[in-house]
Amino acid sequence: MSSVNTSAHSVVEPTPTVKRIAGVIVILYALVTMIPLAWIFLTSIKSPPDSISYPPKIVFTPTLEGYCNLFTTRTRQTPDYIQSLPPATGTCDEITRSRNMVIAGPSNYWPRFGNSLIIAFGSTFLAVSLGTLAAYGFSRFRVPLADDLLFFILSTRMMPPIAVAIPIYLMYRQFGLSDTALGMILLYTAVNVSLAVWLLKGFIDEIPREYEEAAMIDGYTRLHAFWKVVLPQATTGIAATAIFCLIFAWNEYAFAVLLTSGSAQTAPPFIPTIIGEGGQDWPAVAAGTTIFLVPILVFTIILRKQLLRGITFGAVRK
Amino acid sequence: MTDAPSTIAERSAEMLARSTPTTIAARVRGLSDRAIAWLFITPTIALLLAINIFPLIWAVYLSFTNFRANRPNAEVVGVGLRNYQRVLNDPDIWIAMQTTAHFVFWTILFQTVIGFALAYLIDRKFRGHAFWTTVILIPMMLSPAVVGNFWRFLYQPQIGLFNYIVSFFSGIPPSSFEMLGSVTLAPWAIIVVDTWMWTPYVMLICLAGLRSIPDYIYEAAEVDRASAWRQFWSITVPMALPFIMLAVLFRGIENFKMFDMVMLLTGGGPGSTTEVASITLKREAFESWLTGRSSAFAIILFVAVFGLANIYVKALNKVKQR
Repeated sequence: MSSVNTSAHSVVEPTPTVKRIAGVIVILYALVTMIPLAWIFLTSIKSPPDSISYPPKIVFTPTLEGYCNLFTTRTRQTPDYIQSLPPATGTCDEITRSRNMVIAGPSNYWPRFGNSLIIAFGSTFLAVSLGTLAAYGFSRFRVPLADDLLFFILSTRMMPPIAVAIPIYLMYRQFGLSDTALGMILLYTAVNVSLAVWLLKGFIDEIPREYEEAAMIDGYTRLHAFWKVVLPQATTGIAATAIFCLIFAWNEYAFAVLLTSGSAQTAPPFIPTIIGEGGQDWPAVAAGTTIFLVPILVFTIILRKQLLRGITFGAVRK
Repeated sequence: MTDAPSTIAERSAEMLARSTPTTIAARVRGLSDRAIAWLFITPTIALLLAINIFPLIWAVYLSFTNFRANRPNAEVVGVGLRNYQRVLNDPDIWIAMQTTAHFVFWTILFQTVIGFALAYLIDRKFRGHAFWTTVILIPMMLSPAVVGNFWRFLYQPQIGLFNYIVSFFSGIPPSSFEMLGSVTLAPWAIIVVDTWMWTPYVMLICLAGLRSIPDYIYEAAEVDRASAWRQFWSITVPMALPFIMLAVLFRGIENFKMFDMVMLLTGGGPGSTTEVASITLKREAFESWLTGRSSAFAIILFVAVFGLANIYVKALNKVKQR
């Protein structure tokens, strides 16, 4: 690096050695941060005794016991009673009986997971739809006090969720929205829509107004031009915003634990409550965690470009 | 982000737009622009008023009363500023604020140093850097509550993987320390998890900062024979500083109101050694049911974050203008 490089490469291109060292350090870091996640998965396919053995086991016989325990509730029975039952149907039945238990019924995991799906997708759809409309409005028309309004709305996100949860708890109790999916959808929509408007306004500002104006001269109404010209151009921005809203709603815990307890409870407050006989059933917890994390992992990997764009874009604009 | 029209289509569209009178809306069929503006914006505003602004105003009102949510039929009496006085004079609350400050300070320090270093290394553009960047990002996408809950297992004294790895490298017996049960270690246990989870976020913003530095500046430095060390401190760091400061701001705000991860890892314990502000707030509001008092505390927290963030943004703008 002592003299000006005269080769075809740019002078700022790092040397191969620098690259190799950088690569090794980054890959090491990445592998270390993956250990907890790998451990979640490994624990989910361990038997309860294997999961709490010392030293921690890396080699073990995989079993579906964690998943069986996650999906079912079980009762302890005497061996004689189990002997008297008809032959076991299915893997889970066999595993459960080998522990001197019988399956009593399904657990609450899938209903809670379903609630998470409904609430996360419902609120994302609403937040992005409302957000796109409002962002277009703020971007193209002169709205009185628009900037102050937007900033104030965004700043309410600085409040600790618990602080807002107090009046919302009271309000929902009044209107019968406590522990309902609708209540949670509205709440997450409201939390997300401020960010959605603000991100999407940035994306829509980048689409030249001349496009719509040309379409309108050709006889389109403004609504039509919005639908046919602006929306297709804003797809990337809408996708990036949707991922953000979805991740927030999927992962949210504070509101969920305070405002839902039964029929509308989502997975995050449910998973920590999974217990077996004599304490936390870690393989079952790990199984529940694995299933819960998979959708987000898939999203992150498939949509990483939009995601990266959204995060950095959001940061740079703020 | 300039609107400079580049393609022929855009240019002709612009010319058309200029040549027509300003009252396009009046000539076309359908709703007027004004009506559409209202139609598009009103639903969002209505929702925000109902679920964002109204509860906020209600919380302000409650903070001046003795209301308790578990006694809805009791008479509500205005108590003036007494709730605020009590909160500000409560030593427990100041301890919670110190705990929060400790948590925010160390998480930001670790995340900024590690995050910036990673961004710098990734910006060396070694083979496969895009793939590994995605891998590094994964922890920040996951639910802090669900993953925090599992970290309790990793932190188990005898059987936990964390203790095992620490003892493997240090020789300390894995059952001799409890990350979550010890008064001295518990604050660090939550800092470790938060750093694990959120360093990628800081890394990403720093990376955006590094990539915004134009190559010609480095080329000019090479021509002037500036050393790599000199280039790093005189070009890279100052030019990425606004981005680093932004990352610090976002993490600061988020960690100031941290709730879910800490709640599941320690629940504020042992004793109240990891009781950050949000957990105190939850205890006062939903366990002691001191609704009025906890609303006052919530407002104080909000004003504090808002005030600090505004001062910080002013400083940030000064750095940007340099």
